[in-house]
Amino acid sequence: MSDIRKSLVDIVGERGVSDAPEELWFYSRDPGVLAPHRPDYVVAPKTTEEVQKIVQLAGRENIPVVPMGNGMSLAGLVIPLKGGIVLDMKRMNKILEVNHMARYVVVEGGTSQGALKAYLQKNHPTLRHSIPDAPSTTTIAANVSLHGQGRLTNQYGFNSDMVTGLEVVLPTGEICRIGSPSIGPYWISKGPTLPDLSGLFLGWLGCTGVITKVGLKLYPNKKIRDAELFVTDRVDLIPHILYKLTHLEMLEDINVWFQPKPLMFMGNYHITVFFTGDTEEEVEFKRKMVWDCLQEYMDSKDGGFMSIQYMKSMLLEMPGRNIADFADVPKGGGFEYSGPIAPIEHFPQYAAKVVELAAKYNVLYASTARLISGGHSMMYSISFAFNRSDTAMMERVEQALTEATAFALDMGGIPWKPNFKEQKMTLEKMEPNARKLLLMIKKNLDPQGIMNPGNWEVNS
Amino acid sequence: MTYIRHIEHENIVHRCFRCGYCKFPSDYSDFNCPSYKAFGWDTFSPGGRMWLTRAWLSGEIETSARFAEIMFSCVACDNCKDQCVFPRFKDFLPDIFQETRAELVGEGRIPPGVRDYFKAVAISGNPYKLPQSERGDWARGTGLKPFTNQKHLFYAGCVGSYDEVGKRMAQSVGKMLVDAGLSVGILGSEETCDGNDVRVLGEMGLFAELAQANIEKFKAKGVKEIITLDPHALNTFKKDYPALGGVFQVRHYSEVLAELVKKKKIKLKAYPVKITYHDPCYLGRHQSIYQAPREILKAIPKAEFVEMHRSGPDAFCCGGGGGNFFTDILGTAEDSAARVRVREAAETGARILAVACPNCAKMLSDAVKMENLEDRLELLGIAEILERVRK
Repeated sequence: MSDIRKSLVDIVGERGVSDAPEELWFYSRDPGVLAPHRPDYVVAPKTTEEVQKIVQLAGRENIPVVPMGNGMSLAGLVIPLKGGIVLDMKRMNKILEVNHMARYVVVEGGTSQGALKAYLQKNHPTLRHSIPDAPSTTTIAANVSLHGQGRLTNQYGFNSDMVTGLEVVLPTGEICRIGSPSIGPYWISKGPTLPDLSGLFLGWLGCTGVITKVGLKLYPNKKIRDAELFVTDRVDLIPHILYKLTHLEMLEDINVWFQPKPLMFMGNYHITVFFTGDTEEEVEFKRKMVWDCLQEYMDSKDGGFMSIQYMKSMLLEMPGRNIADFADVPKGGGFEYSGPIAPIEHFPQYAAKVVELAAKYNVLYASTARLISGGHSMMYSISFAFNRSDTAMMERVEQALTEATAFALDMGGIPWKPNFKEQKMTLEKMEPNARKLLLMIKKNLDPQGIMNPGNWEVNS
Repeated sequence: MTYIRHIEHENIVHRCFRCGYCKFPSDYSDFNCPSYKAFGWDTFSPGGRMWLTRAWLSGEIETSARFAEIMFSCVACDNCKDQCVFPRFKDFLPDIFQETRAELVGEGRIPPGVRDYFKAVAISGNPYKLPQSERGDWARGTGLKPFTNQKHLFYAGCVGSYDEVGKRMAQSVGKMLVDAGLSVGILGSEETCDGNDVRVLGEMGLFAELAQANIEKFKAKGVKEIITLDPHALNTFKKDYPALGGVFQVRHYSEVLAELVKKKKIKLKAYPVKITYHDPCYLGRHQSIYQAPREILKAIPKAEFVEMHRSGPDAFCCGGGGGNFFTDILGTAEDSAARVRVREAAETGARILAVACPNCAKMLSDAVKMENLEDRLELLGIAEILERVRK
């Protein structure tokens, strides 16, 4: 047994370490199109102290550490690009505290979205968190660490905006609390009114430390959820429709989607509007407001509301299990998307681009945009499905996604969860002093460069 | 030696997205895959098995003890099949895992526990390596007679015939059937293993031999209707035997007893106790029999029936399926399925944990001891409870 393996076993026990070919093969890849790279060890800690010891060991031995949730970013963000230790965080899955009145929860970083949802439904049914569309196995820490979004993002911003405090193991091995929990017992603020240190970790994809605990805002869970589906074939109207809908200031979530299959959806743009209420009256009032708001487009025969009875349960499901089904459209088990954050006025250009890229690279597309913070921006998903047994198709998808990111950057957008190549493209586009600031932060926090190396690597 | 590997459904394995829905029950409250729960590596989840199977078929990874452990730790509980979000291939997941195990059996690279299980069944006709002559001893005192031309054959199975916990369950069922006046007989020392777990573990040749022998025996004796103690036997009799020419009317004993209770052939007295029920995978998810055991328990006057958080199609397996009852690859650590399950049962506040499968009974009774729950939780078969409450 190697010294490093023995040291890891000493920290987490025999069942918490693997360097077997099977685990090394599996943890070297994610479901996206990026090439795999093998780790040297996969380690599954159960406590913050174990994470601390592992990071200290990695520091002493100068070994990379890649913290991983469920590995479902699709963008290869936890592929160990330079080997080392993949930290499977899913055994750190305790829900530690719910402050009902202050509406926040504190969880261990490896807690799954699904487990938190189930826990709240059972124990605090009037509260909810912003559930992402990613599978229920995805973890809370991974989601905030890549600025994930969820059902409440239109109302309250990125899921990372909903963080109320963090516990982080720094690359030095020190355990650090961020925000109000660094001062007292309450996890009520990740930063304000202090200097907001959470920005040193949120969005960094594990490159500056391992998030071991997360405080997360909870929100009222209304008794009734409902949805309406507005359909138009005029892409130029979409920004205006979204603007009017967000002016209502009462909608849970707004998604715009279009796809060529099934054929009944082809050629139209679909706006799904979600709203909630504690009474039928409240729901009906909101429904009327939505209808009234879009009446002019119905009068001009530019659009109308589509019956959703047959797909209502699918639309309202959280997370949407049907989303993964896109991966099987080409009977091939994969899809990946570029998800730039962009102004809503650019929707028509993005919509044209996704169709253009699909045709150019001969791949199947689907596109969904989600509004963020009441329309200040949108996440525009350019998704391409692929057949995992067709390497040429996977290469075409990779090229299409790279071109999509280049397009988004040209349009003034910023990529969401960019892979390491897209990170480089972004850094090249970035204003030099901002890039220098990133370099300073990274070098100071992780001088050895052991944290998820290959990602957010800033060259001076 | 280089093996050319092939499984029937290999054109599907690349279609798994490894999204992980397969690990959960429908409400996501906890991991519902016993091997993932026990080992905690993604490789031990259904998605992990799918991806590894693909890598193994393509030669990216080799056969190893670890690979075999991963494949044989699957308990065939079918939760993944129910929870997978891909309707066009979800039904084939358990088949793919079984086919992979069958390939490993063909290569001769299987865990020692699996090898020993096959050897015992092949040589002794049962996994306990106990004499065939003792197979029917459990029935002494039940009033059950050897099968001649009775209407029903009561098939006890290996666990019901040889294991102490299983024998108690078999005896209770036997007494109930006899006392209710059913025309029923047993094969006793002529009974042999049904082969369900042999098939699930991938020894298809041995399974075919066992099944053919059973079918010929049943036919020769004029068996038309079978009542099984063991849901595993029920499953293979109903799903696999017809394709081999063995078409019989097969029911689980809980279905028969539920009918007898309903018809007042078994009359019940009051029993003020809180009872919960564990759904066996081969009765529930495999055969969709959820109500019969519950109808019996709910019919007991003054008894309070309470569900565990995970129940019915969402029930968490005891960890004894897929041959793990015998091979014990999952082990008995804190996160082993049976220990998790009895903790869940205890959380309900129930005094009795009712079971309808001898494998589950043994797994869970051992776990009750390991969790030091003997003072709080009594484990009883459905018929054992009926024995206690019948007038």
